[in-house]
This record gives sequence, structure tokens and C-alpha cells, in this order.
Amino acid sequence: MAKKTKTVKSIKVNADLCNGCRACEMACSAFHSEPKYSSNNPARSRISVIRRPLEDIYVPVYAGEYTPAECLGRNSYILDGKEYKECEFCRASCPSRGDFKEPDSGLPLKCDMCESIPALDEPLCVKWCMVDALTYEEREVEVDEDEEQPKVTEMELGLEHLVDKFGLHKVAESVARLAKKEE
Amino acid sequence: MRYAETGYNLEIDLTRGSYDRVESDVVDTELYLGGLGTNAKIMWDRVPPETEPFSEDNLLIFSAGLLCGTPATGCNRTIITTLSPQTELMCFSMMGGFLAPEIKYAGYDKIILSGKSKDLVYIWINNDKVEIRDASHLKGKGAIETSKIICEELNEPKAQVAAIGAAGENRVYFASIEQGRSSASRGGIGAVMGDKGVKAIVVRGTKDINLAEPDRYFDLCYEVMDYIRFRNENPIPNVMPILAGLGSPQEMKVHDEKWHTENFMWGNSRVRRRDFWNEEIAKDWEETMNSMQRRLISCYNCPMTCGATIQPPGMDTYMMKCFSKLTYTMAAFSDLEFGLGIAQAATEHGVDGFSAPQVMAFALELLEEGILKPEDFPGMPEDNEGRFYYLLDMIVHRKGIGNILANGTYWAAKEIGNGAEAYAHNNIKKIEQLPLKLGMMNPVYFLMYSTGEKMNITQIEGQFPQAPFATMEEREAFVKDWIQVPDDKFKEYLLKWDFRGEFSNPYYPTIDMCCEIVDWMEMMHYIDDALGMCAGLSSFPLKPPYHIHNYPKFIEAGSGIPMDEEKLTKAVKRYRTLVRANNIRRGMRRADEKPPENHWKKRFPEYEAELLSAYYKFKGWNDDGIPTEESLRDLGLGYVADEFLAKGVLKAGADAPQESASE
Repeated sequence: MAKKTKTVKSIKVNADLCNGCRACEMACSAFHSEPKYSSNNPARSRISVIRRPLEDIYVPVYAGEYTPAECLGRNSYILDGKEYKECEFCRASCPSRGDFKEPDSGLPLKCDMCESIPALDEPLCVKWCMVDALTYEEREVEVDEDEEQPKVTEMELGLEHLVDKFGLHKVAESVARLAKKEE
Repeated sequence: MRYAETGYNLEIDLTRGSYDRVESDVVDTELYLGGLGTNAKIMWDRVPPETEPFSEDNLLIFSAGLLCGTPATGCNRTIITTLSPQTELMCFSMMGGFLAPEIKYAGYDKIILSGKSKDLVYIWINNDKVEIRDASHLKGKGAIETSKIICEELNEPKAQVAAIGAAGENRVYFASIEQGRSSASRGGIGAVMGDKGVKAIVVRGTKDINLAEPDRYFDLCYEVMDYIRFRNENPIPNVMPILAGLGSPQEMKVHDEKWHTENFMWGNSRVRRRDFWNEEIAKDWEETMNSMQRRLISCYNCPMTCGATIQPPGMDTYMMKCFSKLTYTMAAFSDLEFGLGIAQAATEHGVDGFSAPQVMAFALELLEEGILKPEDFPGMPEDNEGRFYYLLDMIVHRKGIGNILANGTYWAAKEIGNGAEAYAHNNIKKIEQLPLKLGMMNPVYFLMYSTGEKMNITQIEGQFPQAPFATMEEREAFVKDWIQVPDDKFKEYLLKWDFRGEFSNPYYPTIDMCCEIVDWMEMMHYIDDALGMCAGLSSFPLKPPYHIHNYPKFIEAGSGIPMDEEKLTKAVKRYRTLVRANNIRRGMRRADEKPPENHWKKRFPEYEAELLSAYYKFKGWNDDGIPTEESLRDLGLGYVADEFLAKGVLKAGADAPQESASE
């Protein structure tokens, strides 16, 4: 099978260095506002700092896949004497919590590594993390040519959520109706 | 659309149990900026001069600064304004933490509490939804404990909570409002919150804050961030460690406490221990700090890590800030282990870390001197540390002698009588000051202590070095990249300043120079208090990233209000004068404006009077410290002039300096 190289972008999270200031949330929401940087609102951020200072728990988590279903089990972890509750490491935008959803519409959010044209040197959360809890790395990996998944755009992600909520038929009908109005 | 600010205040009438979202006037933002500035305007308009601090007519205003909630690094302060039970003047205490941005994201610039609730309540503000909820189950609970319980019962881990402990509920005159990482402590604002029957304010906000010129604003932010990195890598040489860097004095990081322990006073601001610090203590204290400290932490959107989570053995974790690290230790002649431990209890009870230890040391001094009797302290333990825990408990619950001590040293001494007044010796305008007793009168500090209306020296000093540099090389190196000065003449003042001789204290800097230096330093604090910026990145440290040259750009790009240095300087002067006007109409006069008698050993009464008169004149105030009609009208404060003239505070045409001071 034909091989090709692909750039994997990764953000290394060093929770030990996190000071809990949430600049990352602010910066993320500003980058993704429309027009860009025009507003900020940490509730719209695709990174969320799980922050429980009295228990010394600081976990910056990135929004990952959207899922329409809740988990069946709810696990907890004890690491280094600290108890992390269910979901604290989870990236999903799911029905069991409010994180990683647009506060107005409830549509799911997902980290896109601030991909944009022109490209940034690093995702904006990393740029704003002056205590270096977040650092950015790129590496090249070889992948099978046809294994690469198509990228899911933000709009598709939102549509998927709407289809889960209302059914494909109703969403398609609404889109058709809107299209007619536009004409 | 409003930019940087939301344009709305949340008015809560606790007597009626009602609330209203009220649009504010954008013209007021232009005139008074926000935060302290607009708070002062509201206090002037709505709180008549005869109002008692503990009355329904007093307001308690929680204000975010104008730029809180925007991306500006370190802009996270809540400015709380009310009438102080301790000074009986308008007071404004600030806290960092996370509340101010959350208030903004909830869609408000200020939360204004009026009236009084009959029962203990807490206020739950979730964007547009506001609930006044029963708090009887939280009565007597610690401030941090309260925050935890509320977040759990609401299932809102991201809500921000400002709460009072037992001290606030019992209207202790130096009760604070605690917000986890931060507290607003000076002036007894926690007592006013308790008097209003409010245990906590809880806020969750998920709305946008807009910027007028986003790209320009972000570029300004990046310049500030680069400068912070530069300053972190280049501490200022030839000054003591806590003045070399940015942020609040880095008390959680700096272990060398030689300077504080040997220069600040111990006990009831009495004893200087010049040879206290040694290797053994240094090692012991560092071990104590390291064994209790869990992590260095920051306020919202700030990299400075000025605070720390501290877990004393057998006690709950709390978050410590700054100099409360040493205030209890030094008041009790004890060690750091004691200091970090009792600060946990004091934080939960919610008391000011400057006043509380001094009040306790004052009580023990009165006992030692026989002015208070052993029977005034029933059941008090024998050991020194135990006595401080005992006194803290008596004070915050107003039990026995604690009921008198809870009013602070000034009022307690008055009530105790029998010569007790002489022991309440470290107050300015009735409020306990940093425990400092020095040699030679310092003219810059004389003016700051005398005329400060924020009641704490750290909230007015900052931009000009505290002492001259020893050599010309050091001076030249310092002024070389001193971009923060409003005018290059300040560099000249510093270059000439010596330890001894013609160009040294008390006659140099000259009176005119002192006026300019103090005015500049105070102006920077007042800008911070309107914008919500942390003093640790602006007015307090030497060579900060925010200064008079970039602030107008931040305001303009953030709020869309056209701004330049001249306009900003005038706006600051306007609301600074309005703060003074609020206090003048409550009776504050020149006679109230003086440092403690014993602050310096070597005093110059005539020269000091000359200094004060000159500074008043420089500020546009008459010789009694009252803003003149001319300066009021020039600042657009004609409504203040009209009231002062109508009530005889000012006499028409009497702006010419009087022949003699009223002292």
C-alpha cells in the first residue's frame, strides 16, 4: 500500500505547571469568535481547565469528538493521592455535561488546533500559556495513503449533532426551506 | 453596542428582595472610566453624607474594572466600594481572583447591593437569572467552606463565589470578603456585607465581551506579554528581591525574609529585631513553606503566580497571598509555621491580614500593661500562639472582650479608655497600617501616608524607587530603559538623589518634585482601580508592563472611547477628586491627614505642613484639603462644587490659599 507522510500536531499538557489562570480558555474563545478576536467568552472555549485548587487539581482538557450518548460507566482515578472525578480527563462533547458546547445553541465544539489561513505558529492557547503548561509539537508520521480520515469541519460537527437531535429528515427539510428563502 | 464593558449594572434591593438590570450611561464611562471611577459617581449620587455604614441606605458595590473580561493580561480585579464602619469614610478595597471577569461574562459591569435582608441569604447570578437564596445553613461557616458548599449544591463547579466568614456576619470592623484566591480586606467591607445579610455572591457567566478594535488590542496584549517575559528574565538590580520583579511582592517564592523581619516591627508594631534573621531561621522557614505549599497559583488570565495553595498540618488547604505570610508571625513573635497555620483560620473567618494581627497584639499589650485585666480574657491559654487563636475566635464571634476588639484598635481603645488610646498608635484615619517605624521623615512617603484614601501604603506607592541608588552608574543603568515615566524630568530627579548631603531626604526630592512623584504614583493606582488591572503588573512594581503611555491605547482599542494621555490623566484626576469629595462631605479634613506620630523618629513639623499645603495646591485642593470650586468646575464636577457651596463646605470666592492651616 502506498505510504505518505502526515504532520501530527500535538499539544503537550504539563498539568504540574498549570497555574489555573485560564488564559488558554480566553484566548481560544477569542480566536474562534466571529470576526476573529472580536470577542471572548471562556464558556465557548475548546479548552477547559478543570480547576479545583483546594485539592490541587488542574487539568487543561481539549474538546474532542462529539458523542450523542452518555457513557455507561462513570470512573474515577486516584493519581498521586488526588481523586479525579468522572469525566475530568474526557474530551467529548456529550449530553452528561455542559462543557464543550456553544452556550447559546448547545452545538458541540471541537479543538481544531487553530488551523487557519494564514497559519499560526502555534495554537493560540499555547501562545497565551506563559507558564508553559501547554507546549506545541509537530511530528511527521507515515500513514497509508487511503487510511487518512477526512477532516470533519465545524459545520459538519454541528450538523451531526442536529441530526442526532431532530433526525436527518427534519434537518434536511429545514435546510431546503432555508435554501428557498435565500433564493 | 458597548465594547469592553457590558453597559449594564445589576441592582439588587435586599429589603424588597427584587432585582433589576439597568443600562448605564456611556457618557459616565468616558468621564469616570469604570470600576472605582464610576463607583465613586454612584456613591456621590446615591449615598447621602449622613448615611451610616450599617444602614439600608449604604450601598455595597461589586464592580468589575472597565477592561476586566477583555484579554488584557492580569486585568481581573473586583473593586468593592461602600462606607467603611472603621473609617466612616467611603472605602474601596480590591481583589483579584476570578470574580470580576465572571461578572462581565454574566453580562454586568457592577453588582450594586442596597437595603438589607432580614435573613441570611446568598445571591445566585447565572447570566440573566438572579436568585436570592436562603443561606441559613451557611451561618457561621468559613468563607472558603461556604464557596465549596454552594458550588456543590448548585452543581456549578465553574461558578465564582465571594463570601464572608463569621467575622463579616458579626460585623467585625475589619472583616474581609474572601474569594478563594483573593480577598478584599481593607475597611471592613465584609462587615457591611454581613450587615446586609448577604453570606455570598455567586456568579456564572457565559456571554461574550466585545472589543472595539480587536487586532490592535491583541497586538497591545502581546507587547505586554513580551515585556513581562523580558522583566522576568531581567530583574532590576540593586533593589531588594521583592522589588526586583513583577507581580505582587513574591512572598510565596521568596524565602529570604531578612528585610521584612528586620525592618518591619514585631508585636503591636513595637519592636524592631535587627539581628533576627540567621541561617537557622532561614532554613527552618524555607522547610516550613516547602512542606505546606502545594502549588504557586495565579488569578484569572495572569502568569505571575503570586499566590500559593497552603496546607498547614491538620488543617484545610487555603490560598495565601502576599504579606499575610508574615503579619501573624510577627504580631505574635512566633515563627512561620504558626503564621501559615493561623492565616488558614483567619481566611475562613474572613479578616484583614493587616488589622487582625495588630488588634490581637494590641489586646495583649493592654493586658501586659494592666489596662485590660486577666478576667477580661476568661479561659485564655497560657502559650503565646494559643492566645492568638483564642483572640481570633473571640473577635470574629464578638465574644466577651472580642466584642470591643472587633471594632479595631481605634474604636476599641476609645471604649476601653484608661490610657488605651496610646496603644492604638499605628493608625491613619482610624485604620491599622503596615507595622513600620523608621528613622528620618521621608517627604514622598509623608505625602502618600497623609493623603492616601485607600488606607494602605502599598496602594499608592510604586513607580518611583523607595530609596536612592548608591552610585551614579547604578542610577544611569536604572533610568536608561525607564520607559514608564510620564516625563523625562523624573529621570533627572532620580539621577541627583543621594543618601546623604544636599540631595537627600528630607529636603530632596524638593517639595515640587515630591508633589509630582506622589501624584504620578497615585495616578497609576487610580487607573488600575478603574480598569480592574492588578497593581502587581502596573502601579506597584518598578518598571511595569502597563503604564501611562500604553494605557490610553488599551482603553481606546478596548472600549472604543477615544483616549490619549491627556484625556486619561484628566479622567483620573476627575474621579480621584470625586473620591475625595465623597470623603470631604463626610467630614474628612486636613487634620485627619497625617501618618502615625511615631512613624518616624525624626520629624519636621513645619516642613511637613509646608509639604502638605504644597501638595494640596498641586492637586487643586484648598489648604484644608477640600477641592476648590475652580478645580471642581474645571474637571466637570460642578455638581460637587454646587453642593459644597450650598452646604458651606466651600465659600464662594474663597479659593485663594488661606493664611494658616486648620490643624
